[in-house]
Amino acid sequence: MAEIRVNPTRMELKKLQGRYTMARRGHKLLKDKRDELMKRFLDVVREDKELRERVEASLDKVYKSFSVAGAVGSPKMLEEALICPKKEGSLEVGYKNLMSVTVPEFKMQVIGDNATESINYGMAFTSGELDTSLRELNSLLEDILRMAELEKTAQLLAEEIEKTRRRVNALEYIMMPQYLDAIKSIKMKLDENDRGNTTRLMKVKDMMLKAQLEQKDEEEEEEE
Amino acid sequence: MYKIGIIGERDSVLGFMALGFSVHEAADVGEAEKLLHTLVKSGEYAVIFIVENYAVKLEEDIAKYKDLPLPAITVIPGVMGGNGYGMANIKTAVERAVGADILFKND
Repeated sequence: MAEIRVNPTRMELKKLQGRYTMARRGHKLLKDKRDELMKRFLDVVREDKELRERVEASLDKVYKSFSVAGAVGSPKMLEEALICPKKEGSLEVGYKNLMSVTVPEFKMQVIGDNATESINYGMAFTSGELDTSLRELNSLLEDILRMAELEKTAQLLAEEIEKTRRRVNALEYIMMPQYLDAIKSIKMKLDENDRGNTTRLMKVKDMMLKAQLEQKDEEEEEEE
Repeated sequence: MYKIGIIGERDSVLGFMALGFSVHEAADVGEAEKLLHTLVKSGEYAVIFIVENYAVKLEEDIAKYKDLPLPAITVIPGVMGGNGYGMANIKTAVERAVGADILFKND
């Protein structure tokens, strides 16, 4: 692991200690964020899974009754009946902030008369199967939009979780150990310097004492 | 105000016309791919549904738009029946987020 090379000075030590504390605080926060994101994500995904199972099953039914309708009438009749819809759907998109991830919220707005009924053709040339299948499809609308919303949310959350997890891991396994190593090495260098200083002082003191003693001795000899 | 688009083969998407979706027929994958990009680029669509059998082959193109807030590209089964691709998508998202598949392990 590449370590941080720094001058072993007290100023650097102070700086590094500050950065380490910051990293630790950031790590804790990000970890909390990751956990909460995960919780929300799993809620979303569970609901999405259920919804998808239901929608897929219903769609299957709708397709089947459509083919029956196509078989009873002619395919051309089917097309003619559906080609000019009475209503036009448009989607209002709101945004929701979910743990600082912006996720869309869809709301369908139907323009056109008779908004709940999607039958837009004359009854004379079409079969009853078409009516049933369309009615079923209509009732599916809300679910299918909710599914789109949930799936998008899940994708966006997954991306954010991945990012956050990387950050947490980078802090935990790279940044923080690096700072700790650097701090330790600076401390050791400083301590070593300190010890060097102390021994030097002791030695100087010894030498000075010795010199004083010798001077004293000489003075006494002279007096005698 | 956004529109809802749906891309798929004729039989699958015809019914959605009556719901007010903006229906785009694609006879083959190449056409579906072109449609997908045009719809996304137009910026008018908030949701684009695409039938499974095309979505499987357009995985890379769809992945490009995955991390954008809009449009939501959602896979639905086509008239040929589902092949589980939509479910697999949820599974991938879980794996991406959690690192392991924890929802579908019983399946």
